[in-house]
Amino acid sequence: MSHKTDVIIIGAGPVGLFAVFELGLLNLKCHLIDNLDKIGGQCSELYPEKPIYDIPAYPKIYGQELTDNLMLQVKPFEPVFHLNQQAESILKVNDGWQVDTTEGTIIVAKCIVIAAGAGSFVPRRPPLENIKIYEGKSIFYSVRDRSKLKNKKILIVGGGDSALDWANDLASIADVTLMHRRKEFRAAPVSVSKMLKLEEDKKIHFQLGQLSELIGKDGLLKKIKYTHEEKDDLIDVDFLFPFFGLKMELGPIASWGINLHENLIKVDTEKFETSVPSIFAIGDINTYPGKLKLILCGFHEAALMAQKCFTYCYPDKKNIFKYTTSSKDLHKKLGV
Amino acid sequence: MGTLKVKDRDGLIHELNAKSGSTIMEIIRDAGLDIEAACGGCCACATCHVYVTNDKIQKLKLIDDDEESMLDQAFSVLNNSRLGCQIEYSDDLDGMELTLAPE
Repeated sequence: MSHKTDVIIIGAGPVGLFAVFELGLLNLKCHLIDNLDKIGGQCSELYPEKPIYDIPAYPKIYGQELTDNLMLQVKPFEPVFHLNQQAESILKVNDGWQVDTTEGTIIVAKCIVIAAGAGSFVPRRPPLENIKIYEGKSIFYSVRDRSKLKNKKILIVGGGDSALDWANDLASIADVTLMHRRKEFRAAPVSVSKMLKLEEDKKIHFQLGQLSELIGKDGLLKKIKYTHEEKDDLIDVDFLFPFFGLKMELGPIASWGINLHENLIKVDTEKFETSVPSIFAIGDINTYPGKLKLILCGFHEAALMAQKCFTYCYPDKKNIFKYTTSSKDLHKKLGV
Repeated sequence: MGTLKVKDRDGLIHELNAKSGSTIMEIIRDAGLDIEAACGGCCACATCHVYVTNDKIQKLKLIDDDEESMLDQAFSVLNNSRLGCQIEYSDDLDGMELTLAPE
């Protein structure tokens, strides 16, 4: 799919979302790209239920609540989201940039705003020797093709929602073992009781333990060595699914020719523009003298960045600064 | 003021100055050792996983549910596993020995 817009925002966390608002006030339309399957970035993925105390005018607000409120705030500007995909490459085109994603989405825009936080969320890889040889062949971090798993010996490791949901799901078609370091789970209680019932009915085997060694050949697993209470044991395995949550990596952005400093993007503090004109970086991903990684700083950066984006998108127009309290024009845009 | 002895992933031991009020994670991170601490210290990831390797472990507050369930996302969890962000340094922890967990 190919799209054209004014600004491409990479990262749909709180700062990317507020950028939609600031750009929207200036009549600039946005498309957002995020590697997660949901909107909200770290706020929704890492700490949806943890309170944040330093958002101005909110003595206490939860990560998910902040995301939900921002979504309400940007609704009038009709942002378009491209989730479950990573911005893979950028290309300079006639009057702006083309961004290609890992899912084949192509977006063309005048400006790019990188609001990618600490980078893309990617699955956490267990620190086991030779694990990369097996990945994509017999070790997977998500279930893509259920049919290949039919009647196979599957080991799922972890105690969160992904681990339990997939153990419960695959128990009907495969020989499933769920391994976790303790018999307590942070997954939703309903998934936990379902799993315990399946275990009781001998449809799932539960094993206490932690992964310690992969045994196989040419990327095909045969056995896995695991440890429990300082004792090792082996289990026969065709496929392994480790579910240890997600971690953040800068990813392809590092190869786009933008000046970096220790995996952060250098910007000026007037426009928050990178070393490449018309590419901006706001929020936790940027760095400048005195930088603080706070959501409120990212909001400020979004407002200033938007002013400069306007000049790239409308080079012949003069931007007259207006307040949302008094401007009839802004009220119209906000639908109030 | 006191000292922490921290063994890194190459087996090197670093003696770090520790001040009350900081967490173990902050002391290790601010000394420039390789501890990811992705969430910044709010017990929302497990990337400040450490092992406490001497008897100072008995001086620590018991692990709570939050920390225990975040440890589920860590690898090679042992009986002496803790999250560095959940231990606040105080003078009775002077001389504590730690090892950074593999990642």
